Amino acid sequence: MDNSKIGHHISEQFNKELEDIRNKVLTMGGLVEQQIELAIQAFATGDAELAEMVIKQDHQVDTLEMAIDLECTQILALRQPTAFDLRLLLTVLKIINELEIIGDLAERIAKIAIQLSDGESKANHYHELQHMSDLVKDMLHGALDAFARMSIEDITLITGRDDNVDREYNSIVRQLITRMMEDPRNITRTLNVLWTVRAVERIGDHACYICEHLIFMIKGEAVRHLTQSELEEKLNAKPL
Amino acid sequence: MTAQQTRSHSIDMSSILRGQQQSTAPNETCIKVENLNLFYGKKQALHNVSLDMYRKKVTAYIGPSGCGKSTLLRCINRMNDLVDHVTIEGQILLDGENIYDKSVKVADLRRRVGMVFQKPNPFPKTIFENVTYGLRIQGVNDKRILEETVENSLRGAALWDEVKDRLQDNALGLSGGQQQRLVIARAIAIEPEVLLLDEPASALDPISTLKIEELINELKEKYTIVIVTHNMQQAARVSDYTAFMYMGELIEVGTTSELFTNPTKKQTEDYITGRYG
Repeated sequence: MDNSKIGHHISEQFNKELEDIRNKVLTMGGLVEQQIELAIQAFATGDAELAEMVIKQDHQVDTLEMAIDLECTQILALRQPTAFDLRLLLTVLKIINELEIIGDLAERIAKIAIQLSDGESKANHYHELQHMSDLVKDMLHGALDAFARMSIEDITLITGRDDNVDREYNSIVRQLITRMMEDPRNITRTLNVLWTVRAVERIGDHACYICEHLIFMIKGEAVRHLTQSELEEKLNAKPL
Repeated sequence: MTAQQTRSHSIDMSSILRGQQQSTAPNETCIKVENLNLFYGKKQALHNVSLDMYRKKVTAYIGPSGCGKSTLLRCINRMNDLVDHVTIEGQILLDGENIYDKSVKVADLRRRVGMVFQKPNPFPKTIFENVTYGLRIQGVNDKRILEETVENSLRGAALWDEVKDRLQDNALGLSGGQQQRLVIARAIAIEPEVLLLDEPASALDPISTLKIEELINELKEKYTIVIVTHNMQQAARVSDYTAFMYMGELIEVGTTSELFTNPTKKQTEDYITGRYG
């Protein structure tokens, strides 16, 4: 792991504190990734036990979020960081917020999985969701990887996938509407599937927000609320 | 609601955003340093420094010990003239006029450019006499003018309320923080254009330090201020512009908010984040 960005402080203790925060964020990211994986698996297979695990895991994510939050606050108060160090801490505060929300979305999917699991027909819903959830998992993984490497090289490849996710989302919604129109007895069940698809789509959005925070961390420029092409233009305008 | 009505109901974002920033009035250069080189004997202490300081703004110099920031500050009121074997090349323009020009009288220059040092240096006289000292050597003896100046200057230095009942006491009886504010009152009594502050708060406790910082914020309404400080957070809090110096060279200068959040030079970043290069 490249330490050149957060190491080399005269205060060795400060290096350790930043390193510790980074490790905790990556642990939290790993947990959240696992939550998504398991939640979708539980949803696809109607495995209520697995879904319960996801819900339990959310407590760990919340605990980590609060711990990292506190550590960042303490460093801000005690060390008055500047420049990259300051941006790093501000970014971490935002990233853990995104991760916490993603964790909640995974928890929501798990709860729906539990509801669907006691329905009479244990239909397999996975085919609708498979491609989209793979895309979203890749995006989050890429964003966390960029944070670990402290590099925003190729970050637009990650944010670019969000358009694919949105297309996928719209097409699934159309399918689900059709199904509801075909037979109103499907509505309750289909709505549950719809909430799940929506949650997955939102996870993709939050992965994009993480990328935007990372761009601020590395370049010191706020790039929120830009379209994909505006973002690419901005990042290509100046050498990374 | 028509589009026209919507527009008239919309919030004026630009005025809201402007409120968060410093005033947006264009900057007027007060002091212009041009290609300044300074040698102590054979040793070069300043290397080709060029820098603009703006009127009624606070400019802070930061940098490690021996980087030349005090030397540069002292050039602005020609304090280095008093040091032996000093050679100065280049020029410093105050309101467009080179202060190293032969026609400039150093005493006049120092009346326009006041200076406050790290350690408070009140004269061993009464508080009243300390503040009026500058006026008296200018030949002002009118009691009413002197009394008025004392009150205004002490108020300007945020010291009036603490000393108004003991103006005839010896200034050395004041606390360190009060002495430093007295020295600032003495400097502003002669109404200079520029105030040079060399580590004005480094010998003071945190409360007195905050009072001095608050004072700097008030003083910039009237004066152009240049401050040298080792305390980077202090530079960040009080200044509008910050210049980072290293080994006698000016590495980077910019608005304080930019320099402390996103410096452009790696040397600056390493220094303000406490890294070794």
